[in-house]
Amino acid sequence: MLILYCPYCGALAEETELVYGGEAHIVRAGSESTDTEFEAYLFHRKNPKGVHFERWRHALGCGKWFHAARCTLTMEVFGTYSAQTPRPPQYICDAIKFKYPSWSWK
Amino acid sequence: MNKRIDRVGRLIDKSKILRFSFDGVSYAGYSGDTLASALLANDQMFVARSFKYHRPRGIVAAGPEEPNALVGLAQGSYFEPNQRATTTELFDGLTAVSQNHWPTLNFDIGAINSMLASFLPSGFYYKMFIHPRSFWKYIYEPLLRKAAGLGKSPVDRDPDCYEYFYYHTDVLVVGGGISGLQAAKRAAESGARVFVVEQGTYWGGRSLVDHAEFKLTDHLTTEDVIDQFVKQLSGMSNVVIRTRMMASGVYDHGYVLIYERISDHHPTLGGPRHRLWRVRARQVIFATGAIERPLVFAGNDIPGVMLASSVRDYLMNYGVACGNRILVVTNNDSAYLTAIQLKKFGVDITRIIDIREPSTSALIETAKANEIEIHFGKAICQVKGKKRVRGVELCDSTGRADLEYVACDTVAMSGGWTPTAHLWSHCGGKLFWDEQKAMFRPDNARPPIGASGKRLAFCIGAANGEMSLSKALLHAQEIGSLASGEGGEGKKTNIIHYKEEESETPILPIWKIPSNAGFNLQNKSWVDFQNDVKVTDIQLSAREGYESIEHTKRYTTLGMATDQGKLSNVNGLALLADALHEPIANVGTTTFRPPYSPISIGSIAGEARADLFQPIRQSPIYEWHSNHGADWEPVGQWHRPYAYLRKGETVFDAVNREVINTRQNVGLFDASSLGKLMIKGPDAGKFLDKMYTNMMSTLKPGKCRYGLMCSENGFLIDDGVVARINEDTFLCHTTTGGADNIHAHMEEWLQTEWWDLKVYVTNLTEQFAQITVAGPKSRMLLEKLDDIDLGGEKLPFMSWIDGFLNGLSVRVFRISFSGELSFEISINSANGLRIWEILMDVGREFDIMSYGTEALHVMRAEKGFIVIGDETDGTVTPQDLNLDWAISQKKTDFIGKRAQERTHFKDPDRWSLVGLQTLDGSVLPDGIYAVEPQNTLIAESEMIGRVTSTYYSPTLQIGIALGLIKRGKDRLGEVIEFAGLNKRTYKARIVSPVFFDPDGEKQNV
Amino acid sequence: MSKADDSPVNSSNTGFVKIKKLPSQGMISLRGNLSSDIVRQSVYSAVSLELPDIRKIKVGAICAICWMAPDELLILCPYAEVASRVTRMQSDLKSVHSFVVDVSDARVMFCISGVRSREVLAKLCPVDLTQSEFGVGDFRLTRLAQVPAAFWMQNAEIFNILVSRSVARYGFNLLKSAAQKGSEVGVF
Repeated sequence: MLILYCPYCGALAEETELVYGGEAHIVRAGSESTDTEFEAYLFHRKNPKGVHFERWRHALGCGKWFHAARCTLTMEVFGTYSAQTPRPPQYICDAIKFKYPSWSWK
Repeated sequence: MNKRIDRVGRLIDKSKILRFSFDGVSYAGYSGDTLASALLANDQMFVARSFKYHRPRGIVAAGPEEPNALVGLAQGSYFEPNQRATTTELFDGLTAVSQNHWPTLNFDIGAINSMLASFLPSGFYYKMFIHPRSFWKYIYEPLLRKAAGLGKSPVDRDPDCYEYFYYHTDVLVVGGGISGLQAAKRAAESGARVFVVEQGTYWGGRSLVDHAEFKLTDHLTTEDVIDQFVKQLSGMSNVVIRTRMMASGVYDHGYVLIYERISDHHPTLGGPRHRLWRVRARQVIFATGAIERPLVFAGNDIPGVMLASSVRDYLMNYGVACGNRILVVTNNDSAYLTAIQLKKFGVDITRIIDIREPSTSALIETAKANEIEIHFGKAICQVKGKKRVRGVELCDSTGRADLEYVACDTVAMSGGWTPTAHLWSHCGGKLFWDEQKAMFRPDNARPPIGASGKRLAFCIGAANGEMSLSKALLHAQEIGSLASGEGGEGKKTNIIHYKEEESETPILPIWKIPSNAGFNLQNKSWVDFQNDVKVTDIQLSAREGYESIEHTKRYTTLGMATDQGKLSNVNGLALLADALHEPIANVGTTTFRPPYSPISIGSIAGEARADLFQPIRQSPIYEWHSNHGADWEPVGQWHRPYAYLRKGETVFDAVNREVINTRQNVGLFDASSLGKLMIKGPDAGKFLDKMYTNMMSTLKPGKCRYGLMCSENGFLIDDGVVARINEDTFLCHTTTGGADNIHAHMEEWLQTEWWDLKVYVTNLTEQFAQITVAGPKSRMLLEKLDDIDLGGEKLPFMSWIDGFLNGLSVRVFRISFSGELSFEISINSANGLRIWEILMDVGREFDIMSYGTEALHVMRAEKGFIVIGDETDGTVTPQDLNLDWAISQKKTDFIGKRAQERTHFKDPDRWSLVGLQTLDGSVLPDGIYAVEPQNTLIAESEMIGRVTSTYYSPTLQIGIALGLIKRGKDRLGEVIEFAGLNKRTYKARIVSPVFFDPDGEKQNV
Repeated sequence: MSKADDSPVNSSNTGFVKIKKLPSQGMISLRGNLSSDIVRQSVYSAVSLELPDIRKIKVGAICAICWMAPDELLILCPYAEVASRVTRMQSDLKSVHSFVVDVSDARVMFCISGVRSREVLAKLCPVDLTQSEFGVGDFRLTRLAQVPAAFWMQNAEIFNILVSRSVARYGFNLLKSAAQKGSEVGVF
């Protein structure tokens, strides 16, 4: 069972305080999108064995959504950060690259 | 025969005699005994029968690895099956019964299976019970069910209670042996929070049995050192040490479950029986020791064949000699200790059979000096005896040479040691095969990883495969320092070097003896005692193509018993490797999964049982309902009155009475559980336009609008009335079940997509009670209470007003879910009950009655109003429900808009909402499916719709239903067929879903 | 359905700590930009307290302020004084995006007292309750078994606990069960 730092309230929150929200950094396909774009937005999700970005909500705490960068294989957490950003911050990317030099963001 | 020995028995107190019973016979034991040691002291070696063949089985081990001595404990509602006698602490009045036999342990009909053994090899049931097919349901399955299962399930509700405990620590040390204590002490000296847990009842582990008097320093024996450790650790404020605590599983991010047995040994203590500790540790040190392996030879399952280390345990810890004439058979040095200790206390050792070639070591020399006969290069050909060992036939280690018969009543065997790496493996630690030591050991180069990406766990002592005391203590000190620094460099100073013990002769890995035993011997050589897996079963499995140890495990049931292969795994996989001509390292182990040893279901449930099983949410008016005959209906976690039963009334009668009275007079309904979300901010209107399918930003303050919410996938998820409070504030009502979800849904969009919008959402569901006053006399009633003007001009339909009723501040919404003239009164929860009672009191002259959720549902169905969860199931769109009018065509975007533009959403064949009326006026069954009428075979008919709500309408005195029917909107007047249970069919006419007052004259007065 | 437990939710002395449901507590929810001067000043003028730090509670003579989220406070004051304080803050904050609302009836407050009160909460909340990690002045939102809850310490032996009004009975029964005699743990 995971335990994550909530970047908003700083609590070390175990999974039972959190709600999982699937893959992070999905860009919403709006009313002008094509069927293909909309399908991808709504249904296509990564399921990597390795580095993954996901959304979590500190539901039984401060109530804020945040993002976590995690290795799905080792469970290493590279960091948690604000959900209000279109891409992971540099220090998270650096931490991942330090561990997996060949990794790159998108 | 077994007996107690004087002058020995560290754990027992001979001055305290305890009475207990086994299979109805009364026995005596001592305080400190386990059930197993007390049974052995009373010469009860034969205590169980095996699972498949019902063979007599005796006590083999002295700890949680015991595969045979499983008993049923206690009586009545306290009865619990499959408890290990070896870990059950004796108490006065304990009652135990043996298992898996009929009628008695001594005389068992099921033992006939043993004679049929050659017809019951591994996988026989897969091959046997497949033909003829029809036999399975009526013959095979009932018979197998009767035979299957170990022990009897308790039938009564468990009267005990259980609890959790959340605990955090820097360093968790699992195992209170000398290595664990040493590491804990070292870690604690750095100031870290240290938590040491031991599954047994005492500290020191094996070293107190094996090396108690060994001089670790010039002045201190092992026992002295352990005493010192415990004393020091107990005195440190940053350390907690506890016994009777078994780490059952290790999970991600240092999450460890620990099972505490609080009162198993003291049933009259009161309080919880078990406590499940949910521990978070930054670093975990496994000092879990090692478990001795049995040797595999013919008749090794006969009662009296035991692990050599256990024979030592029973002697040194409980003062029990496990036999009168004991024979030791071994492939390593450790079993010599058994012989030496037994001899020391005057027990007759017939001889040591050492499978290895002649050699010498300190232990061998000590045995010789004690005049113990040692036979090198020999093996047991087979054990003789049925319910107890009578003797053994010896041969040389390969099986040749003449047979020699030696009489004995106990065989103490040792096949080497297996580090207890279960917990290490649970959390991702890897193992490697150490050829020299002939054991799977934790691979320190591939440890479990924690949340930080750094090493989470360490193995020390015997759990690390280190069988030398001095080396283990040295390593424990290093690891203790390292762990307290969270993976960093531990301090290397002040390491204490203890005296090294003399070296041993290496183990001879041998997986079955004699090494070239023929089929007949191998077919009597047991690998898994509880599940009756023999050497030949593993060979069969290999021959039939089960090359992976995971497959072999499932095919043969090797290691699938309650001991989870603690004794059998390594022997089994080595034998498989042998059969496959592969190296052991290539075969590998099966996956270790929690729990390490079985834990009670009660401890897993914790406090969540009986009235704490789940929260029951209660409205502020709950007590009144309770006192007035409420028949409760769970709605989400809420308990709401379904109907209020009067004396002699059925629920059906009550519902009809409530409906008719509301339609004729006035009814009172507790709507407090409806969600109430207050949305405030300059962008509130803009935000709600995105959340709802309707346009909300155009709503005027003081007005209400019925709104729909869809998921991004286009399906209807919630509905409710939105009231605009002022320019920048809206109150959104949600369904009872939806309040928390819709609140979360709004927060999610606000926080993760439209965070630029200036909007705050606050959930005020519990701040307000809400009471519906419905019926033709509702306005008269309210106007009696105060001078609030609720007339149609001042408060038209779909508007709201603030005011006072009987001096209490309220907000009144004029909205209707019943089709009647109806007002919803919102009031602070603290005053909810008060206003309810006033309304009931004043309403008496208007024949007021309270009504429950069923009457509400009947009335809304009469009006054709939908209910989320009845008419919707996550695949229904607003359009399906003829709610197109509530979907804005002007808005460029709302959640679900893009999805609803997909072709399938516009398919004219979609099922849509209609009313249904049976031809004979009866009530359609709920959830029933409509089928194409031209097909005669219902099973092959196409389903064209289903009933979503169905009621008896007391207003119309007929059955009415709502349903979703293919092309429903175009089929008004058509009669369609529904398929019921037992081939019964129903005919119903498609009608308008609005059965009553289609023009809304009643609600608009 | 089985008959529900209708025993009063009031107080219990049967366990190893004392459990009491406290009388109505005034509570005000404030949403806004907590780093803005106007919010800080408005709160100060309403309750004479500075804003608490992250995950802390600021306690005064009759009022207190709990940190709920980066944009949310829960202000505690006497029940009877809620309306006036709400009105005051609402008018102070008229010009900025904010939301001040009376939530006094939405939650109930329990108090558990005794030397082992930490243990009672540690049986129900997934929070590190060691002295060094949680003390007077700390405030934690979490779950109490299956329901959301918040708690803080009044002093070394007394915890105050907030749960939703609708689950008052569940919360009370949970605490009572966790405090039963014979279930003392003895680690804090």
